[in-house]
Amino acid sequence: MYAYDELDRTLINERVSEFRDQVQRRLSGELTEDEFKILRLQNGVYLQLHAYMFRVAIPYGTLSSKQLRRFAHVARRYDRGYGHFTTRQNIQFNWIKLSELPDALADLAEVGIHAMQTSGNNMRNVTSDQWAGVAPGEIEDPRIWSELIRQHTTLHPEFSFLPRKFKIAITASEHDRAAIKIHDIGLRLHKNADGETGFEVLVGGGLGRTPFIAKTIKPFVPGRDILSYIEAILRVYNQYGRRDNIYKARIKILVHELGIEKFAKEVDEEWKQMGDVGLTLDHAAIEEVRSRFSYPAYEKLPHMPDELKQAAHDKLFERWRKNSVFPHKVQGYSIVVLSLKPVGGPPGDASAEQMDALADLADKYSFGEIRVGHEQNLALPHVAKRDLPALFKALDRLGLATPNVNLVTDIIACPGLDYCSLANARSIPVAQELTRRFANHDTADLIGRLHINISGCINACGHHHVGHIGILGVEKNGEEFYQITIGGRADENAQMGTLIGPAVPYAEVADVIEDIVEAYLALRDRPEELFVDTVKRLGVEPFRERVYATR
Amino acid sequence: MPLVKQGRLTTDLFVHVADGAELPGDGAVLVSAERFLADPEALLRRPGKVGVIWPNNRNLDDLVPHLDRLASIALVFPTFRDGRAYSQARLLRERYGYDGELRATGQVLRDQFVFMTRAGFDAFEVKKDADADAFAATMKRYSVFYQPTGDGRVTALNRRMQLRHSESAGQ
Repeated sequence: MYAYDELDRTLINERVSEFRDQVQRRLSGELTEDEFKILRLQNGVYLQLHAYMFRVAIPYGTLSSKQLRRFAHVARRYDRGYGHFTTRQNIQFNWIKLSELPDALADLAEVGIHAMQTSGNNMRNVTSDQWAGVAPGEIEDPRIWSELIRQHTTLHPEFSFLPRKFKIAITASEHDRAAIKIHDIGLRLHKNADGETGFEVLVGGGLGRTPFIAKTIKPFVPGRDILSYIEAILRVYNQYGRRDNIYKARIKILVHELGIEKFAKEVDEEWKQMGDVGLTLDHAAIEEVRSRFSYPAYEKLPHMPDELKQAAHDKLFERWRKNSVFPHKVQGYSIVVLSLKPVGGPPGDASAEQMDALADLADKYSFGEIRVGHEQNLALPHVAKRDLPALFKALDRLGLATPNVNLVTDIIACPGLDYCSLANARSIPVAQELTRRFANHDTADLIGRLHINISGCINACGHHHVGHIGILGVEKNGEEFYQITIGGRADENAQMGTLIGPAVPYAEVADVIEDIVEAYLALRDRPEELFVDTVKRLGVEPFRERVYATR
Repeated sequence: MPLVKQGRLTTDLFVHVADGAELPGDGAVLVSAERFLADPEALLRRPGKVGVIWPNNRNLDDLVPHLDRLASIALVFPTFRDGRAYSQARLLRERYGYDGELRATGQVLRDQFVFMTRAGFDAFEVKKDADADAFAATMKRYSVFYQPTGDGRVTALNRRMQLRHSESAGQ
């Protein structure tokens, strides 16, 4: 965990007091809605279809039990008793009163939580691997760098009014769980031939109406120079990013229009001219931040404790363990992923009661720590293997032990037309129907790893382009239709999915997905071949045929 | 438009002269980039200070050779959501060492004062009277800053390291 000190806490409190004043000026009419809009967005407040929506940052996906309890409090006190975890390590509250927002922010500030820059045309919450610090084989804990970048980009006096939003993601593992290739800047921590730690820097990725996979702008930037290099990228973007058209304002368009070589040259030129402006991170600075991360006092535990051997006779436990429990870098411990995708439920939602109970379980079994992943699931990062059977029972009682992690019902979905003012079609009911269709665990297990992503509009909050199966809601003559893509992925081999054919009406979506899955089961050359690999091998044609032959 | 300088409301000594309008015989003037670049020498020869209004989409290269003879540079925020002038301000102050007046013009609201000051602005043509009145109070709002800029404020990271150093020195 990272502990905020007096300086961080002071800054957050100063921000709350500023926003309280801004809300008051809005309510008194001193600020116009146009002026206030930008200010509230910078504090995570959207005006949605029915109410204000409040988006709170969970920097690099790490939470303490105390912080999670405070989310439960906000859900209960200011909202309707639940929160929604998103694809970017945030939590959203959907029914909050403008006049109560400053109080909600003040309550969160007490536990070092804020909503700064969770929206607006500035640098958003820095995201990272939800298994950071515990994943076997990572180069080092990427959260140290995430925190350095979080600080540098918070209330930055030059980049708080960029052409558009700006998202940075960091990974330090070979397997990319932070989806860095679909971010404005993606950073991959690695060591060069001299054993020095630094970053491969990728730029210009993103989804939405013009999806791009990020391109490598520099294969290696030493850690000490990463802030100045990011600053150089942002300065070029701030000056030359388009502002005439909101749809062409993201950095991906600038990179695409200039070409990566020309863009890289501009950045290099800026970087060279920048010289020493106090951004170089010497050893002492990096160690200062590193020293404020604390790690659990792990015990020396056996690899296979008796409790686990005994529980292996319990079929339900075994099924959950195989699906939800992942290797930890410390022997005798596991990472436990908690599915927020129960059959028939809206993906990513958690009730105040669940959050409170989970905070207690984190205290009991995971050194008080919880993680939030971009798949809209939670995780307990440090569970002793001997505690797994007891934890399973407790999670099961809470409805947090659905054994579907990475399976066909572990669906990523945006809030869609039920909540969002941008959406053209519903997402949640599509996800709910699909979780019912594939509720049989044995079938889902037979299908194997398969990611379905659903977005209710072209803005792609559900990351449909990179779903193994992507579902995009569109509106045609007042009716909801859905375009289906297959073959996308968001990992280290990220790529966009391919459209399989004409959009299908709402009522047919679940049937079509079933057809695609059946086609896959018939087409895969062995049970281990993942859906996405079958698509890669065969292309979309056989799937297209299967879906449209009878429609 | 109220002008805030050195933290308080001041009378604007510069006269904005529109392109094509006749220049006053003396006194400080603020002219457009085009007018200035058309004949900088003539403008600089006349008695009275010269300031230039520099658009936010124009490269600073043409301005840089004249910096030490300019009394004011006015950068433009056509809307307060357009942040290009922040980069221009930092470059003028930190890279090119400009030390004359750096003025924020256009849609300038109190909610930008801290950002603007940190980027190097020291004069503000403020859109609303109430915002100009609130300048001093607004500037006190923040006491912690994360990034180094040319304003010389110590960052949170450096304060922590200083603290750590003095603690270990005292042991």
